[in-house]
Amino acid sequence: MSILRDQKRFHDIIRGRIKQNFKKYVTHGEMIGKREKDFVKIPVPSVDIPRFKYGKKDKGGVGQGQGQPGDSVDGKAQPGKGEAGDSPGEHSLEVDVSLDELAEILGEALELPKIEPKGSSNIHTEKNRYSGRNFVGPSGLRVFKNSYKEALKRNIASGAYDPENPIIVPIRRDMRYLTQKPVIKPHTKAVVIYMMDVSGSMGDEQKEIVRLESFWINTWLTKNYKGLETRFIIHDAAAREVDEETFFSTSESGGTLISSAYKYCKKIIEQDYPANEWNIYPFHFSDGDNWSGDDTRFCINLLKEYFLPRVNMFGYGQVESKYGSGQFYKDLEKHLPGDDRLTLSRIENKDKIIHSIKDFLGKGK
Amino acid sequence: MANIGSELEAERKKICKIAADAGLDFFDTIFELVTYKELNSIAARGGFPTRYPHWKFGMEYEKLSKGYEYGLSKIYELVINTDPCYAYLMEGNEFIDQKLVMAHVYGHCDFFKNNKWFSKTNRKMVDAMANHATRIRRYMDRYGVDVVEDFIDKCLSIENLIDRFAPYTNKPQIIEKPNMVNGLNLSQESETKFTVNKEYMESFINPMGSKAEAKVEKSIFPSRPEQDVLLFLIHNAPLESWQQDVLSIIREESYYFVPQGMTKIMNEGWASYWHSKLMTEKIMDDSEIIDFADRHSGTMAMAPGGFNPYKIGIELMRNIEDRWNKGQHGLEWSDCNDLAAKKNWNTKAMKGREKIFQVRRDYNDVTFIDEFLTEDFCVENKLFVYQFNKKTNKFEINTRDFPAIKKQLLFQLTNFGQPVIKIVDANFENRGELLLAHMFEGVELQPDYMNHTLKNIQNIWKRPVNLATVMDKEGRFFRYDGKEYSSIAFNDLPKESSEAS
Repeated sequence: MSILRDQKRFHDIIRGRIKQNFKKYVTHGEMIGKREKDFVKIPVPSVDIPRFKYGKKDKGGVGQGQGQPGDSVDGKAQPGKGEAGDSPGEHSLEVDVSLDELAEILGEALELPKIEPKGSSNIHTEKNRYSGRNFVGPSGLRVFKNSYKEALKRNIASGAYDPENPIIVPIRRDMRYLTQKPVIKPHTKAVVIYMMDVSGSMGDEQKEIVRLESFWINTWLTKNYKGLETRFIIHDAAAREVDEETFFSTSESGGTLISSAYKYCKKIIEQDYPANEWNIYPFHFSDGDNWSGDDTRFCINLLKEYFLPRVNMFGYGQVESKYGSGQFYKDLEKHLPGDDRLTLSRIENKDKIIHSIKDFLGKGK
Repeated sequence: MANIGSELEAERKKICKIAADAGLDFFDTIFELVTYKELNSIAARGGFPTRYPHWKFGMEYEKLSKGYEYGLSKIYELVINTDPCYAYLMEGNEFIDQKLVMAHVYGHCDFFKNNKWFSKTNRKMVDAMANHATRIRRYMDRYGVDVVEDFIDKCLSIENLIDRFAPYTNKPQIIEKPNMVNGLNLSQESETKFTVNKEYMESFINPMGSKAEAKVEKSIFPSRPEQDVLLFLIHNAPLESWQQDVLSIIREESYYFVPQGMTKIMNEGWASYWHSKLMTEKIMDDSEIIDFADRHSGTMAMAPGGFNPYKIGIELMRNIEDRWNKGQHGLEWSDCNDLAAKKNWNTKAMKGREKIFQVRRDYNDVTFIDEFLTEDFCVENKLFVYQFNKKTNKFEINTRDFPAIKKQLLFQLTNFGQPVIKIVDANFENRGELLLAHMFEGVELQPDYMNHTLKNIQNIWKRPVNLATVMDKEGRFFRYDGKEYSSIAFNDLPKESSEAS
């Protein structure tokens, strides 16, 4: 029996597909590091089986080395041998992983947006293929070859096999059945348009948060969808399109007119991405401080009339700033209730980025 | 012999002979050469090629593989306590590594065979584990993977609630049977009444009306607190037969790993002592010394705040050998207050080798530390106790005081640093509820884990489950009745039920 089956089962728990009640015993630790030469630090996830055990902080222990009473002994990663056997894992390893791997790990908690078949190009979405083998199944799906092999194995192992008179009678345990596995092959026409508020009210920290979040969304989507197009818009009182590099590094200041970005976005869509051929995912990040109520109303109208009928999902992420959180989130919530193409998310601080990403991508739209 | 290649096989024969000549006495040891993937998957299953399907092995595998693939950690040796012993060598390791591993493994095998704490283990565990796997897989086929796995999860949640010393006592494992758990014995007894014609004569003819009641109060089941919670549940919880079987499988495997946990420091110390001795004195040639020193020191490294059983084990073994060689023990030695004399103390007794062989036979980690950890040793090896500082939110060095170090170490090792929980009453409050008691030793349980575990036990026991423990410096009962949690302080209890333990 391959260990990979156990590993898959474990992944299912980590991803929350099965055993939701274990979710709180999953330790993820820090998810997002800095973008330094494509390397970030992440811990290996692990699940603790709940037991009667001593509270960690009361416990203390014995160590070895230099130091005076009062010196900190934190950061106790242990080098040396891996040990096998009886002790449950208490510490998680920190490993360096590449961006691609990180996106994969991140993705374990996420679902892929469902990209609809649009346009003329060939589209593969999800397909079930009968490629696995299982111990149970309908007899129509019985695989003769595998079942026979199992029976043969059992016969030989038990010594009942006689080469002179090779009669093999399979019993229930020998039976192997085909089982289906989903195969996802997205290859399609989709565009993601990122809009970021770079106005004066967005502090450095807010911009940092937006950049981190859109960076990870972008990393995740581009990893999964070949040929995904991305466009970047920044705006204060006026909007302009920038390239990826600029989007992730620019800092400006000024007033805020959210409509400028939406208008610009509309223009891009009209020019390049007809909605009947493209899957469109606009994301907008702001601190929610718009210039005027009129402008907000204009934006809501634009969303209602133009964007929502055309896009697959419109994501709006609002960053908490030190001036409190803006009004825009509430306005959208109030005027466009219950529309599931509009996804709203609040990002309170850096630690909440991962939750926000889940807000956006966790729905599988 | 297994196929490890002729070059390694020649080396193995040589090392085997050297080890035997040095006085090590081991079962036949079969080495297998495996890829790192195979090694990781075997290690993930606790050293056994076949275990029941469970995600925790997958988790372990993932940890090991990631650690290996990112160059963070790697398993050098893996050997299991069976007869014959099976040990694994990793394909692609350098020749010097393989030699080191083989020498180390012979140390372990000697320990497995001769340490008396291993004397009760099932030496055919490879087969037993494979049989367990088959049984569980069959249950999964019949009842569904999720159902069986969920039940296994619950069993694993209490797999540490066993009586670790039970296998070593001669106490026969009598399974107590309650007369009737739910207090129904009361009614049976009251049926032995004499018939009374006149109602007013009742109290004269059957004067012991209250006797039955008094008796019920006394008959507590189990009659003595039971530490083997698993065994108790197997026999007394309302389980289906497959569940009973699964629970007994988990219990058996849990007991199998007890001696390994009990002798971690000694076992690793012993094996390291011998690999170091045999390698440097007999096995290696000069060209290999640098590589050996590199590997050896890597194994012995101890991070601040970390505790490496290899390091402490080997140092203590050497320390003992040295002391007994020089006669630095006994009353005369401990009474001597002259530091200079102590330093140069040497009776040329040369009993060291003999002593460590005796130690490896008779001791486990607790008695080992208790008897041989000395103040000098702690100073020399720079040991300290660390504690969590609530103000700085960090673990900090607390003290280098010898009694404190010893106390902390012993606490960590006793019952593997896990709380002792016993079943006190299976008919608590005369309602068929289970009462568990935590033998409190100064450290409180982690509350969320405790609650979840209670829930798991309730799931098995079906009736409400209570736990008496200390939380926030106050004795409390915690209770889960299948729907919700509740808790009450001992002091707030109504007076008549003073069941505190």
